[in-house]
Amino acid sequence: MKSKTADRLATGVFIAIAIIIISILVGLFSYILVNGLKHISWEFLTTPSSNIRAGGGIRDQLFNSFYILLITMIIAVPLGIGGGIYMAEYAKPGKVTDIIRSCIEVLASLPSIVIGMFGLLMFVNITGWGYTILGGALALTVFNLPVIVRVSEDSIRSVPRDLKEASLALGITHWHTIKTVLLPSAFPSILTGIILAAGRVFGEAAALLFTAGLSTPRLDYGNWNPFSAQSPLNIFRPAETLAVHIWSVNTQGLIPDVEEVSNGSAAVLVISVLLFNLLARWIGRLIHKKITATK
Amino acid sequence: MEKLTPAKDRLLKSKNNWMDGELRGKVLVLLCAVIMISATISITIFLGTKGLQSFIKNGVSLLEFLTSTHWNPTNQAKPEYGALPFIFGSFAVTFLAALIAAPLGIGGAIFMTEIAPSWGRKILQPIIELLVGIPSVVYGFIGLTVLVPFIREHVGGLGFSLLSGMIVLSIMILPTIATIATDAISSLPNSLREGSYALGATRWQTIRKVLIPAALPSLLTAIVLGMARAFGEALAVQMVIGNVRNLPSSILDASATLTTIITLNMGHTTYGSVENNTLWSMGLILLVMSFAFILLIRYLSSRRKM
Amino acid sequence: MVSALMDKQTGKQAGESESKRNKESILEVNNLEIFYGEKRAVNGISMDIGKNSITALIGPSGCGKSTFLRSINRMNDLIPGARAEGEIIYEDLNILSEQINVVALRKEIGMVFQKPNPFPKSIYENITHALKFAGMKKKSKLDEIVEESLKKAALWEEVKDRLHKSALSLSGGQQQRLCIARTIAMKPTVMLLDEPSSALDPISNAKVEELIIDLKKDYSIIIVTHNMQQASRISDKTAFFLSGDLIEYEATEKIFTNPSVKKTEEYISGRFG
Ligand SMILES: Nc1ncnc2c1ncn2[C@@H]1O[C@H](COP(=O)(O)OP(=O)(O)OP(=O)(O)O)[C@@H](O)[C@H]1O
Ligand SMILES: [Mg+2]
Repeated sequence: MKSKTADRLATGVFIAIAIIIISILVGLFSYILVNGLKHISWEFLTTPSSNIRAGGGIRDQLFNSFYILLITMIIAVPLGIGGGIYMAEYAKPGKVTDIIRSCIEVLASLPSIVIGMFGLLMFVNITGWGYTILGGALALTVFNLPVIVRVSEDSIRSVPRDLKEASLALGITHWHTIKTVLLPSAFPSILTGIILAAGRVFGEAAALLFTAGLSTPRLDYGNWNPFSAQSPLNIFRPAETLAVHIWSVNTQGLIPDVEEVSNGSAAVLVISVLLFNLLARWIGRLIHKKITATK
Repeated sequence: MEKLTPAKDRLLKSKNNWMDGELRGKVLVLLCAVIMISATISITIFLGTKGLQSFIKNGVSLLEFLTSTHWNPTNQAKPEYGALPFIFGSFAVTFLAALIAAPLGIGGAIFMTEIAPSWGRKILQPIIELLVGIPSVVYGFIGLTVLVPFIREHVGGLGFSLLSGMIVLSIMILPTIATIATDAISSLPNSLREGSYALGATRWQTIRKVLIPAALPSLLTAIVLGMARAFGEALAVQMVIGNVRNLPSSILDASATLTTIITLNMGHTTYGSVENNTLWSMGLILLVMSFAFILLIRYLSSRRKM
Repeated sequence: MVSALMDKQTGKQAGESESKRNKESILEVNNLEIFYGEKRAVNGISMDIGKNSITALIGPSGCGKSTFLRSINRMNDLIPGARAEGEIIYEDLNILSEQINVVALRKEIGMVFQKPNPFPKSIYENITHALKFAGMKKKSKLDEIVEESLKKAALWEEVKDRLHKSALSLSGGQQQRLCIARTIAMKPTVMLLDEPSSALDPISNAKVEELIIDLKKDYSIIIVTHNMQQASRISDKTAFFLSGDLIEYEATEKIFTNPSVKKTEEYISGRFG
């Protein structure tokens, strides 16, 4: 009898835990969306931010976030997929491979503030660039690389061995087999992983504080010359991203409408990350359907 | 295909036809791997040397740094470099966060695998994935605008406190723990459960006496990974913990951690000054701790294989 | 993969061998041993494989048939720890030599696997994939080869209206014939077939058999099969393997009517294996 009661009690506790977790999420999301959506307007998204007056928007921060994400991915995706190919197809079991694996593990577990400090040392001070988009993107690459290497390796490994053998047996070289058979088959899962990683990069702030900086120069969106100081495309200019903006207005901002700006920014940030997630899921499901339908 | 040329020319490796694109491809991907290794090595070396400078070049005592509670680098007459309050803050907030997140995360995992495997998982899994996706500054911001005032009014103190830091962090590491714990428990062989039920054990007895012990190394790994994340988290904690230089005497006291002091002061101090260098020493502690967490996880997973 | 025998032949380019080549045979296997790590899967076999003929390999599961077959186009190179000793002479060269360009070798010694494994591409691309890699770019020429090889594989009539549909939409039997067509398109000299019809229904099976007999005109074929009737129907010579040993290698008629080894008879009559 006693064990029956204990069992019921325990079940109740587990259900309570599940309810707590669900309510945390519901609470967080409803807070972010309810408070944030009312501040999101076309104007909020398209006016530049203000340092002292109320009514500033997040135009530049939004642009910077996407632009840094883009630059990061341009660097990290080829490197990460290359590393994944190496690990899945060329690495022979042994010391060297173990070392590379440890390196990936170390990179993956570095706190982002530490990566930010490394970025400050390398890409800000040693190179003498100062705070730049490129420096931020390189720091984010370090932060992001292990994730992409892992998904690429896993996805390539999960391509059926049959296909690889079929290609090799036709007298196709290993590298061409990788390019034309393995990568295309692994592509959907790599893509899903990359989009999820992109969501993480988009919300990252600690690694950017000391690398891309807390300010944005006055930008002229008509100026497409990437070498001009006013051009939004210049990768050697400082750039405050949306995530960094939320932190900076809250901890060192002077504007009177901190809460409004942060609420709106947080909502934009969370919605963007959510969209990345949904996109990844949607692609994953689409591919799954395609694979199972043609079986 | 063309059989006109003699077999020797067709079938033997020769310098130019052998693997033209092949070698290039291999070198290319090898290069990617090399870049990863060199990134790791250079991070270790650069942060290592930079972090040791305050002790070697500026003569700050390592013992003082690690054990003194007096942090007063700007005092011209007698600067003091005791980082113990921050080291303590980091560990305290990490353990406290794990204390909340571990039961919740593992409980959630058990709910998903044992209590309601069908629908529970369908609801909880995406929720946990969404929690992972919320950026840490957003956690910090909500902590700042909701949690801190709430604690100030209903619990006491300033609101900026260890308690706020620990709550924010525990929510942030909850998904890490829950995900790994779920994988660990659901990968236990079904025969374990069946054996236990066959002996007339209730579900709770099965969970407590069979499943949790069997999954223990993995569950510990989950907790350690969560703690590693908490230890290194900067902005969210910095926004709610108060950032004072004193050792806290209760969890309602404001406090500071290594990451929050780095975040706060890196921009304000001159690069190369003693105070700035001590921040790099704190960074080095973070680096060393992240190696320590890796070793701990390796140890746990070697136990799991046995 | 350099054989021990090879090293003794000093003063000669490795990979070459001066055997008294039988003009009738395309492959000459001498003392072939294959290991997986420490484990020996093929124990020093020797046999000649006839040109433009069908050679069947039979034997109980695990006796080393696939292992032997896969060593002929060096597919075993893919398996970590696999290693071969001895010689397989093809066009005066030892296939197992390290000097061999395996990519070129596999173009001449094609292979069809037990399980159909078409690429997840269109039917057309399945055939042109390797051709394009081999440098054939002209559309008209490619079209021609696609049609020709699909016809040879007795698949043309069934797929000619949907060449650009996914190959995965074909039935298992059709997929297997597509895999054969894709190998034929490369115009190999030798074709290695590892239980090509084991996953097929009787009708597809009959088609594949017809196809194989037809292919004999142009190719030398080695086929692994568990189906005794199939071996006796289509092959010219049959080799019986047992735990890595070549027990008997004779004309198919002789093996099936009057085997000289008792084990062979027992196996063929279904008393074990
Ligand atoms: N990749 C491998 N690693 C280790 N041992 C292997 C490997 N592949 C095959 N073997 C071993 O080599 C022996 C011969 O295997 P093989 O696949 O050649 O048999 P088979 O005659 O083709 O059997 P089946 O009729 O079932 O296909 C078996 O004992 C098998 O266990
Ligand atoms: Mg076999």
